[in-house]
Amino acid sequence: MRSRVCRRSGEGRLRGQPVKLFEVTADRLSVEQVAGRLADPAIGAVATFVGVVRNETDGREVRYLEYEAYPDMAEETLRQIGDEVRSRWRTIREVTIVHRVGRLEVGEIAVVIALSAAHRPEMFDALHYAIDRLKEIVPIWKKEVWTDGMEWRSEGGG
Amino acid sequence: MEMESEEIKVTVRFFAAPREAIGEAEITTEIPAGTTVGELIDHLTEEYPVLRAYTRFISVAVNRAYVGMQTELQDGDEVACLPPVGGG
Repeated sequence: MRSRVCRRSGEGRLRGQPVKLFEVTADRLSVEQVAGRLADPAIGAVATFVGVVRNETDGREVRYLEYEAYPDMAEETLRQIGDEVRSRWRTIREVTIVHRVGRLEVGEIAVVIALSAAHRPEMFDALHYAIDRLKEIVPIWKKEVWTDGMEWRSEGGG
Repeated sequence: MEMESEEIKVTVRFFAAPREAIGEAEITTEIPAGTTVGELIDHLTEEYPVLRAYTRFISVAVNRAYVGMQTELQDGDEVACLPPVGGG
């Protein structure tokens, strides 16, 4: 049997409760909580990427980041990335991506991507692809607030 | 045909730097039926000259999907002006 995850809606179930696999949230993220959304007795491996707020950019001290999203489209494009990952790497069983928005302090988690598979081959390539695609197509923006100014930053600009 | 005189209403959403520059997150505007995304952006730039600094870099989504500048808008569309994204 396949997992209890309903792929079309991007929802899974964890201990009977529905969970969103692709989510934009203002809540604090926990790697375990996100990876836990993939719970399935058939998996043998979970690989995670965790994006964390760094304390400097190009030599400027970052005080905090302010993330903004176009939430509905962001969740739809996250789901699209999940679909792309599973069609490119057939060994990947499920994907979950959760991105936080709002004010994030240095050291806080901005994004968690978790993939599950029966076995480990290809998981790291798939993870790398997922974070690159996220930075390319998902409508989320970050404003860096430094000790001496602020700026909206895109991937192209660093 | 009386298509020229027909007006449609669309919602336009702004994010990040252009949102702050304009001072609006969302507006509704009436435009002639058959208006393309590119024409709407030109129209918005006239209304909000501060947008000019961003139009070169903006991607557009209609009803939450990326579209080209030639796309014709329909009544009730949600148009989003998306500056270069930077999640992660």
